Amino acid sequence: MSDHELRVSKIRDGTVIDHVEGGQALNVLAILGIDGSEGFGVSVGMNVPSDRLGRKDIVKVEERELSQSEVDVLSLIAPEATINIVRDFEVVEKNRVTRPDSVTGVLSCPNRNCITNAGEPVETRFDVVADGVRCDYCSTILRADIADHIDV
Amino acid sequence: MRQDHLITATQLSRDDIEAVLDRAREVDDDPAAYADRHAGRVLALCFFEPSTRTRMSFDSAAKRLGIDTIGMGDVDSSSVSKGESLSDTVRVIEGYADALVLRHPSEGAATLAAENVSVPVVNAGDGAGQHPSQTLLDLHTIRENHGLDDLTIGIMGDLKYGRTVHSLAAALTEFDANQHFISPESLRLPRSVRFDLHETGAQIREHEELDPVLNELDVLYVTRIQKERFPDENEYHRVAGEYQIDAETLEVASDDLTVMHPLPRVDEIAPDVDETDHATYFEQAHNGIPVRMALLDTLLENAEAAEGAEVGR
Repeated sequence: MSDHELRVSKIRDGTVIDHVEGGQALNVLAILGIDGSEGFGVSVGMNVPSDRLGRKDIVKVEERELSQSEVDVLSLIAPEATINIVRDFEVVEKNRVTRPDSVTGVLSCPNRNCITNAGEPVETRFDVVADGVRCDYCSTILRADIADHIDV
Repeated sequence: MRQDHLITATQLSRDDIEAVLDRAREVDDDPAAYADRHAGRVLALCFFEPSTRTRMSFDSAAKRLGIDTIGMGDVDSSSVSKGESLSDTVRVIEGYADALVLRHPSEGAATLAAENVSVPVVNAGDGAGQHPSQTLLDLHTIRENHGLDDLTIGIMGDLKYGRTVHSLAAALTEFDANQHFISPESLRLPRSVRFDLHETGAQIREHEELDPVLNELDVLYVTRIQKERFPDENEYHRVAGEYQIDAETLEVASDDLTVMHPLPRVDEIAPDVDETDHATYFEQAHNGIPVRMALLDTLLENAEAAEGAEVGR
């Protein structure tokens, strides 16, 4: 991206989550549990032009390096995402997200009759299956509509 | 069977199932040998929704093993109505009993209960989820009448919400069984059950009518279509009527066809079927006793072995 197109400034230290599917940036932040109250700088670009995706979102989180296990859960809504760890304005590490085996406490079960929706003191837990996720409690399978069930 | 709990039928291997059914056969042959096997033990019957036969069947099975049973009484007058969570309730009851039998209206309740206690938990029905002890007695009935391999079975009725169907279909994948599912479009098997069946490579076919497959079947397993599943009562009567059988319906079936039903039935099997050799549903219900005795015996034995190993460590 050339400088005149640059909508979000470079960061000194932190994590850049790039190549997020257009429109999913706020869900990315929700999954990561970042709502601004933590005090570090967060920049969000939505629907910016991308050679690979047409339109993409980009999220920059300053002064925080996200671990692989933290970002892997993003693969459910942003399978193309790349994670850049930045130190002193330089990208020192570049990783793709990989699908985790399971996801705990991030999604709510779409089955209203699932015990996890009955006010119990329990975190949801989903197994990641071929083309979606599956509730460990009631076995309900969630596919295309995963982003609608983010509950963090 | 080396299991701590019985939560879903998908957890059971062929060996697990056959071990329980073999023991059920032994119980049937010589009930006296099992009479006081677990004297001094206590079983908690935790029924968070009404049940007559499953609760009485577990109660009777336990007592025939020398086990005392305790219950929660009416849910409306218990701590549940005061807003206590299931997690807390089972943690408390764990201190009163050596094993829990749980019936609950929410799917996944038994999984949650098992995570919160260290005594064996038996899922006696969780919403529209699973009912694996019913499956064991269904399999026992099929085995004694026909055998579990080289089996063609038709499962008919409410396949979407029928927990006995979900458990039975999963368990049958451990055997050489062709499964035909017969239901109205709106009550087909749920996605999660179909997913598991496909994963195992099971041979299944789905139909909206019984007639085309009836003469191929060794077993016809009928379930009740409930009125509350339909927004409109007329629609219910129209649909339910198409999934009722009587002696005349069965005239084209094989002479050896076994007709089963988890009961209670309303009008999906006409009383004139009771007089035919096909009717096996009362025998099926009675099989709940030896099978649940075998199940409780196995789970308590496993728990004792685990306790012994803990002490010896």
